[in-house]
Formats: sequence, structure tokens, C-alpha cells
Amino acid sequence: MSEPAAPLLSARNVSFSASGQTLVDGVDLDVFAGETLGVIGPNGAGKSTLLRLLAGLLPPGIGEVRFEDAPLSRLSRRQIARCMALVAQQAETDERLTARDAVELGRTPWLGRLGSWRAEDTAAVDRALKAVEMGALADRPWASLSGGERQRVHIARAHAQQPQLMLLDEPTNHLDIHHQLAIVALIKALPITAVVALHDLSHALRCDRVLALLEGRVVALGTPLEVLTPALLRTLFGVEARLVDDPEGDTPLIAFNRRG
Amino acid sequence: MRATHLGAGSARWVWLMPLCLIAALLIGASVGETRIPLATVLEVLASKLGVIDHPLSTLDEAIVWHYRLARAVVAACCGAGLAVSGVILQALLRNSLADPYLLGISAGASTGAVTVTVAGLGAGMISMSMGAFAGALAAFSFVALLAHLAGGGQGVRGAGILILAGIAGAQLFNALTAFIIAHSANAEQARGIMFWLLGNLSAVRWPDAWLAMPVAGASLAVALSQVRSLDAFAFGAESAASLGVNLRATKGLLIGTAALATAVMVAITGAIGFVGLVVPHACRLLVGVRHRRLVPATTLCGAVFMVLCDVVSRVVIPGQVLPIGVITALVGAPAFAYLMVRGRR
Ligand SMILES: Nc1ncnc2c1ncn2[C@@H]1O[C@H](COP(=O)(O)OP(=O)(O)OP(=O)(O)O)[C@@H](O)[C@H]1O
Ligand SMILES: [Mg+2]
Repeated sequence: MSEPAAPLLSARNVSFSASGQTLVDGVDLDVFAGETLGVIGPNGAGKSTLLRLLAGLLPPGIGEVRFEDAPLSRLSRRQIARCMALVAQQAETDERLTARDAVELGRTPWLGRLGSWRAEDTAAVDRALKAVEMGALADRPWASLSGGERQRVHIARAHAQQPQLMLLDEPTNHLDIHHQLAIVALIKALPITAVVALHDLSHALRCDRVLALLEGRVVALGTPLEVLTPALLRTLFGVEARLVDDPEGDTPLIAFNRRG
Repeated sequence: MRATHLGAGSARWVWLMPLCLIAALLIGASVGETRIPLATVLEVLASKLGVIDHPLSTLDEAIVWHYRLARAVVAACCGAGLAVSGVILQALLRNSLADPYLLGISAGASTGAVTVTVAGLGAGMISMSMGAFAGALAAFSFVALLAHLAGGGQGVRGAGILILAGIAGAQLFNALTAFIIAHSANAEQARGIMFWLLGNLSAVRWPDAWLAMPVAGASLAVALSQVRSLDAFAFGAESAASLGVNLRATKGLLIGTAALATAVMVAITGAIGFVGLVVPHACRLLVGVRHRRLVPATTLCGAVFMVLCDVVSRVVIPGQVLPIGVITALVGAPAFAYLMVRGRR
């Protein structure tokens, strides 16, 4: 990954507090065009909060997030939505939408208030459904979809939004191993930049860079092999883990022991 | 599969609806204590619109034009306004039971309108409407704050908390109304207000229609301009924001619109319940959940529903006019029960 000089998205000293607690604490981060950045950390570390800050959905108490050098606070919601899409950790609906309806929502920032639906919108929705292998289930009602199918529809919705940057909060949650690998491969194959909060460290190993978060602070940022050291994993998760070479592949494997 | 199919076939339905509305208005002008033949109704209309000019019975003309048609038009506007308010509230609050009446907004509007009347700030429809608007906004703020403080969020529990907060709000504002009447109104005022509070179209004339029509039209126009935003709330406010919806501006505009439509309709006819609940749900079955279709369908169905309820209220007990709110509640309460049972999952 050759990194161009100017970052696509940058966070400077971003902090956020709620109920007197600091949830994200002085995060400095540059995300470069084309890279896939994994965000790891234990439950409650602030991963989801950080993604919301990066998406401009929460205003940082201190610090600033910039997209292509423009502060998010100066961009309209619509401008931001054309640049980045968020796949949230939990998003449910009681409406009797179909999978296709849900994906069509991704076109919202591109449609005029009264402007009509265009052929290119349908094409974008079809492409997105196909990318997550949901084309055959497009007309199924939301309530009838399985958890993993819903997750794939959310990813398709973000895809149909045609963003430069995709922020994904545990996108492989609920997915079977085939679709986990397919989604990770899809994110890497798309010509977009992605910031992905992950729990599965073997997926983190496939990212270009990894950010480790603990109690709202960045404790490590670098290539997967730089970050996923036994010492760091002990600090983050309280487990003994080591990387072992896969005799038949390029990506190393992680072996765990609970700390006894 | 079924929903999509119905949705896809709905284009034809939408064209039928304006015809239904015209038919309902004609029925409204023709049916009543004295039945006036449709031909006479059409003659009166034609002469009023200047198409024909031969003399008509002034009694027929008075009943059809000044009394029944004005009443039917106001009923239609009222149904449209309340139904659109229901759609807006259901989408924004993500609560299928949201309705201006159940959320206490109508009660707040009544309090506002009564306050203005009793305080002698003018008994005109405009000043009453403005008082009602202030009351509606106050009631909505109270209910929203109470639901928030009670920890109401998404899901079944949050939906229940919001409705409970609505009940508390409705009770509070109804008590305030009763207090204001007892404290400040003279006997004649009190009688008039009590009659109006029950939801009544008897006193309605054309000047009311001239107020109701632009308000109903404007709320429809606002809702139509926001159909994409309303859709975007399907997965919650945060998801809507990430799809490019400016939450503050959109919510302000839409809730203001719902409150204004409710307030003006309450000022004209008193609080009429359940229209905003029943009509949108029936329309979802017909045209699906996407607001591009749901908003116009709901507006027209709400108008038709209210005109027909008014007709029923006039003929169901011979020689007596029931308050229209009784009819809408007789239809609406079972529908509410059905939605509650279905929402259990
Ligand atoms: N509005 C809020 N008020 C107070 N505390 C909050 C608020 N939102 C989140 N938190 C807390 O902030 C911390 C970080 O939350 P966040 O959702 O960002 O964690 P996370 O890293 O995504 O965790 P997980 O792995 O479980 O998804 C948690 O302890 C959470 O309880
Ligand atoms: Mg999280």
C-alpha cells in the first residue's frame, strides 16, 4: 500500500464525553485513500463511538474531523452522506420494507428532494445487491430475513450510497464463515477506503493497517503484524495469544490461551 | 413478496382515490336528515360554479351549498390533515401507534384554543388556531420530554412508554382545559366550548373551509417534499442522518407541520381521534410503506374516511347527529387493539 501524502479523512485530537465519562480521548488518525483500516479493542473501548465521530454523527467535544481537508462541521449532512456511508452495529426496523427497499435508501443523498428515481439509481441498487449476493432475496420482507442477510443488506445499502469512505461497525457479526470472508474480500476489493471495527482478529490481520483502542485512547496504530503482538493482545483483551505462520498461506494464524 | 406485489400494482389505486373523494363529497352533500337527490346537488354545484344559471330552490341551495358541502369539505380537510400528521409522527417516532390524538397533541391544541377564546383574545378561527398551535407544540414537547426522561427508546418498551407519556399529556391538558373553562368561562361560553370539545362539525361553514383547505394543502405539500427523508427514518434517526438527512431541520419542519395541521383542525372541529392511526395503516396495506405513495394515499383516504364518518354520524340514529369523534373512535379503537396485538410478536 503506497500512501499518498494527503489523507482522505483525518481526526485531530478528537475527544468525546457523555455523562461525565470520556468515551473517546484525544484520537489522532489519518485514513488514506484506498486503505482498509481495522479498529480493534475490547467491548466498550469506544470503537462505535469513534466511528460515529468520524461519520460526523456525533460532534466531538474537543478536536476536529476533516474529510479531504474540509472540517465535517462545515459540510452539510447531504455532502457528508455522499462521501461516507456508515453501517451501524444494530439497525432494525418494524416497517414492512423489502430488502430492495432498504438498499434503495442508500440512494437518498443522491436524489433531489422531488427529483425522480433514475435508471442509474436502479443500476446502483442492483450492483449493490449483487455484490453481497442478495439479488435473489431482493423482494423478501425485512422481517423474514435472517440476521446475516440483514447485515448483508445494510452493507449493500452503504454500497449503493457510492461513498468514498465506508465506516463499518462489526460488519461480519451474524455472518457465516463464507459470508464473513466474502464481505471482507468485498470491502478490500471495492475501490473505496474503509474503516472497520472488528472483533475477529483474523480479519484484522487482513486489513492494511490496524488501530487498537483501549478506554477511548489509541494504544497502537500500524500494520497488522506491528500491532497484533502478544504484549498488546494481553493489554487489550487479557488473553495470551501469539501469531503462528500458516504453512499453506501468507496470512499468519492466531493461537489463543486464556490467561490462567 | 405480497407487499411488493401490492405496492407495484398501486399506481392504479392512486388514480382512483381522487374520484373516491369527489364521490364522497357528493354523498356528503346529498345524504342527511332530508335526502336531496344527487341531480339537485349537481345543479346547485353547477350554478354556484357559474356553469348554468336558472333559478334554484333557495332552501336546497342553502342546505347543499352553505351547510352540507362546506361541512363535507371541512371534514375532508380535517381527515387529510390528521392522517398526514399520523404518517409523519409514525415515521419520525418509529412508533406505529403514534397519532396526534393518542400523543396528547389534540388535547394540547384544545387547551390552547380554549385559552384564547376564554381570555377574549378573539373568538375568530385564526386566533383560536394560533392558540391551538401553541398548545399543540407545548403538548408535544411535554410528551416527548416525558418519554425521554422515562428512558423510552426504540423497541416495544419504548413504544409503550411513548404512548403512556401521551396518555399523561392528554390527561394533563384535558384537566387544564376543564380548569380554564370552570375558572374563566361564562355559562354561555362553557356550553359552546363543551359542545365543540367533543368533536363536532355542526357549526362548520365556508369560512372554516377557507382556513382548512390551505392548511391541509400545505401539510400535504410539506410531507410530499420530505418523502425521502420520511423513508430514511426507517432504520432510526442516526441512520437517517448518515443518509444525508439534516435531523434538526427535518424534524422541526415535519413536527411543526403535524402540530399545525392538528391544531387548525382541532380549532375548527374539536379533537377527533384515531383518524391519524387508522388511515395510514390501512393505506400501508394498499400501497406499501414507501412514503412517495403512502403520503398521497393517506391524504386522500383520510379525507374520504372523514367525510364518510360524518355522513354516518348524521344518519345512524334518525333525528340525531352523533359527534363525529364517536364514529371515528368506533372504527379506530378496534384498529388500535389490532395493532397492539400484532405488535406483540
Ligand atoms: N450516550 C452515552 N452515555 C454514556 N455512556 C455511553 C454512551 N454511549 C456509549 N457509552 C459508553 O461508552 C463506552 C464505549 O461505547 P462504544 O459503543 O463506543 O464501545 P465499543 O467499543 O463499540 O464496544 P462493543 O465492542 O461492545 O461494540 C461504553 O462503555 C458505553 O457504555
Ligand atoms: Mg460497538
